[in-house]
Amino acid sequence: MKPLVFAAALVPFALLIWRGVTGNLSADPLAEITNETGIWTLRFVAVTLAITPLRRVTGWNPIIRYRRMLGLFAFFYGTLHFLTYVVADRFASLDFPDGFVAWSTVVNLMAAIWEDVAKRPYITVGFIAFVSMMPLALTSTAGWIRRLGGRNWQRLHRLIYLTGIAAVTHYWWKVKADTLHPAIYAAIVAVLLGFRVVLAIKRNHEDTKTRRRVSVAQGV
Amino acid sequence: MLVKKASDIRSSEITDKKHYLARREFIRAAALTTAGAAAGALGAGDAEAQSWPRVKIAGPLKESGWGKGEKPNAYEDITSYNNYYEFGTEKDEPARNAHTLKTKPWTVKIDGLVNKPADYQLEDILKPETLEDRIYRLRCVERWSMVIPWVGFPLANLLKRIEPKSNAKFVEFTTLLNQTQMPETRRGVLDWPYLEGLRLDEAMNPLTILAVGLYGEYLPNQNGAPIRLVVPWKYGFKSIKSIVRIRLTENQPMNSWQLSAPNEYGFYSNVNPERDHPRWSQARERRIGEFLMRPTVIFNGYGDQVASLYSGMDLKRYY
Repeated sequence: MKPLVFAAALVPFALLIWRGVTGNLSADPLAEITNETGIWTLRFVAVTLAITPLRRVTGWNPIIRYRRMLGLFAFFYGTLHFLTYVVADRFASLDFPDGFVAWSTVVNLMAAIWEDVAKRPYITVGFIAFVSMMPLALTSTAGWIRRLGGRNWQRLHRLIYLTGIAAVTHYWWKVKADTLHPAIYAAIVAVLLGFRVVLAIKRNHEDTKTRRRVSVAQGV
Repeated sequence: MLVKKASDIRSSEITDKKHYLARREFIRAAALTTAGAAAGALGAGDAEAQSWPRVKIAGPLKESGWGKGEKPNAYEDITSYNNYYEFGTEKDEPARNAHTLKTKPWTVKIDGLVNKPADYQLEDILKPETLEDRIYRLRCVERWSMVIPWVGFPLANLLKRIEPKSNAKFVEFTTLLNQTQMPETRRGVLDWPYLEGLRLDEAMNPLTILAVGLYGEYLPNQNGAPIRLVVPWKYGFKSIKSIVRIRLTENQPMNSWQLSAPNEYGFYSNVNPERDHPRWSQARERRIGEFLMRPTVIFNGYGDQVASLYSGMDLKRYY
């Protein structure tokens, strides 16, 4: 089953390549690649966020085994999206006073990325969404779970909530007027995060009840 | 004053030759080394067959001389990559959806401060005009640009015929609003119908044309058939499509994008690399089919023709 999910998750990437080879990426292929990799990042973030609620609601526990892979695919598409932006937007709008292969190109590129991230709110949140996935991808191995300890690891990986919020905000702030699609993704992410809030409140409530029961039993 | 005098640019003058050649080299290298995505994609158009009728414009077209030396973008690119929100907000949607637009018969209501207000049939508007070729650069506010070989005639000709009254100072244009033909207008993406406006002297400028065709053929619906405005020194959204009403007014009219986001889009919307869009820089643009972005030129390079219209104006304030 796992290889099947893996292959399915690669389909959007394969399709992008196929469309590129056959010249079907619209008149502005770089914009199309940027949009496609961006939307697939958001989709994989949403799917990853859906695993826990799905497991709780359906009781289908084995589904948890796919969470890491799906999360890493979110990072994979996010990386493609970021690199497309770096090359097609930042690099392509540079001056090249010393030619392409020059130290000044590197310096100017870094400055151009930083300037954009600092100045444009929709780029800022997009960058936050991408960077917030880095520690999660890095610590996705069994070794890192052991090293950090289950509880710390889990706490760290709650960063994906931030990823979801930042990614949706990035999408929303980017569109010119038609907010229908960003709104749909915002609603999905809101439901998935809302599920956690409800879960946490319930757990809190039960903890209090248990504590009270314990207190009564101990005669305090 | 920030207005720089910019002459009519030729594509070869934009970048010096060393970089121009290096760019080609770079594109070739990128195409060879990166995954096929980049390879087939750069500069390639939509390979799908066109589903709209292509009708050649009969009769000889006047040679206007505009845009000589410019390399027009491919017909496939111009007709498959459109912003025409009445048919969908994705670039490929107008080409797929605009076949529902009925362009015959077509009436343009001309009213407001004119001596000859009337509902004009399109044929009657075109009858006295000699159509001419006009190869213009089009700069979209979204940072991409194309070179388009329009067929049209100066708007000034029509305005003179309908005789603006002495107190007329502005021209307001309206796009067709028909929910059956334009299903997307049922959604409130913009406040329909689409509106645009020009100052009367901008409208009378010889560069401003009403276009009915491109590449020697009548306009496909997605490009604004049967008659649209082209104002090449302003961002593309000013060049309103499928016009059904031209009204002369004393007060400055609002345009749709200005109504939608007044801090982002103004009445003038002249191409200006020094005035950033609040969300992105306007300093450069990607010419469709190229990899490296070109520097954007004030008034889209038509400063010699239009800069005088704005002398003494703060173009950052009147964006």
